[in-house]
Amino acid sequence: MPMNDLLNTLASEQTKADLPEVRPGDTVRVSVRVVEGNRERVQNFEGTVLRVRNGGLDKQITVRRISSGVGVERTFLMHSPRVEKIELVRHGHARRAALYFLRERVGKAATLREKRR
Amino acid sequence: MSEETTVEGGSPPQTPQTGPTQAPAITKPVLIGRKLGMIQQFREDGSVVGTTVIAAEANVVTQVRTKERDGYSAIQLGFGRPKKKRLSKGALGHLKQLPPLEHLREVRLDDVAGFATGQEIGVDRFAAGDKVHVSGVSKGKGFQGPVHLHHFTRGPKSHGSDHLRRQGSVGSGTTPGRVLKGLRMASHQGADRVTVRNLQILKTDPSRALLFIAGAVPGGRNGIVMVRKA
Repeated sequence: MPMNDLLNTLASEQTKADLPEVRPGDTVRVSVRVVEGNRERVQNFEGTVLRVRNGGLDKQITVRRISSGVGVERTFLMHSPRVEKIELVRHGHARRAALYFLRERVGKAATLREKRR
Repeated sequence: MSEETTVEGGSPPQTPQTGPTQAPAITKPVLIGRKLGMIQQFREDGSVVGTTVIAAEANVVTQVRTKERDGYSAIQLGFGRPKKKRLSKGALGHLKQLPPLEHLREVRLDDVAGFATGQEIGVDRFAAGDKVHVSGVSKGKGFQGPVHLHHFTRGPKSHGSDHLRRQGSVGSGTTPGRVLKGLRMASHQGADRVTVRNLQILKTDPSRALLFIAGAVPGGRNGIVMVRKA
C-alpha cells in the first residue's frame, strides 16, 4: 500500500460515517457532551448553520442561535468524539456559502425561507 | 551528539519458542522505524493533536556485541525489507540466514544476556502514554545565510543599501586583526541528526506495526527514525 494511502486510511478511520449532509441555512440540533464538575451530560444546541468548512477530519459547522436575547455562535468539529449527534431540523433556503448577514438581523428578518429537498 | 542510548540491564531470557527465541525485555526499548507522515488525531476530550505515524515492522537482532569480543556490549538491529538484489554481497554475508535488511543500527546495552541473532523486537514494546525520544536526520536546508540560519536582523531594503540579508560587522580592526573563532556566519543548515525528547505515544497498532506519536519528529516522510523510551 502506498504510504499516503495508509495515512488517508488512518485519518478516515476517525471520521463518522453517519453525519447528515448539512448546508448553510439549515437548522440543526447538535448534541455535545459537556463535563460539568465531575459528571458528563449531553447538551443540545439548536440554531442556524452560518457556514460549513470542509476539511476531512477538520470539517466544521458554525451554528448561530439567539439565547436569552443574546446571539451565540458555536463552531463544532463534526467528527469530534464530543459531538454526539447532529440532527437536521429544517432546510433553509440560502444563496450564499457564508450567512454572516444574519448577524445583523433580528427577529423574523433573521429567518430563512424553508427549502424543500 | 556523543554516546547515544545507554540502556539499563535486561531481564533473563524467556522460554525459547520454536525457531528464534523471544528477545528479552529491556527497560528502555528501542526501535528503528520509518516516518510515514503526520495526521490529526482526536483525543477523548475532543481536542485534536498533530500526530506522527511511524511504521516499524519488527526489528531483527542481527548481531550481539559483547564486552569480551568487541570491547562493548550492544545489540545490532535491522529494519526494512529490501529486495535481495539491492544489498551488496558483503551485507548479505553479514546477515547470513536472516532476511535482507536495509537499515542497521546498534543499540548499546549494559547486559545483552538472552539476545541472539534472529530475534524480533516489535511495536508491542511500547504502550500508549509512554514518553519516548525520537532521533532522525532533519530535513536539509542547503547553504543558508545568516538571516535564515541565526535569525540575524536584515539590513535596509532601499536607499542604496547593499546590506539586505548580510551579517553586520565580524569584529574589530587591527586589534585583534582576525575574526574570532566560533562567530556565527552563513553555513549549511539541516540534515543533522536531531533528537526530540519526551514525546508521548498516543497509541500503538501492533497488527499494522504502527506507532502514533504526539507532535513532530525530525526528518521528512520516509525518513528513518529511532524511537527509544525516555
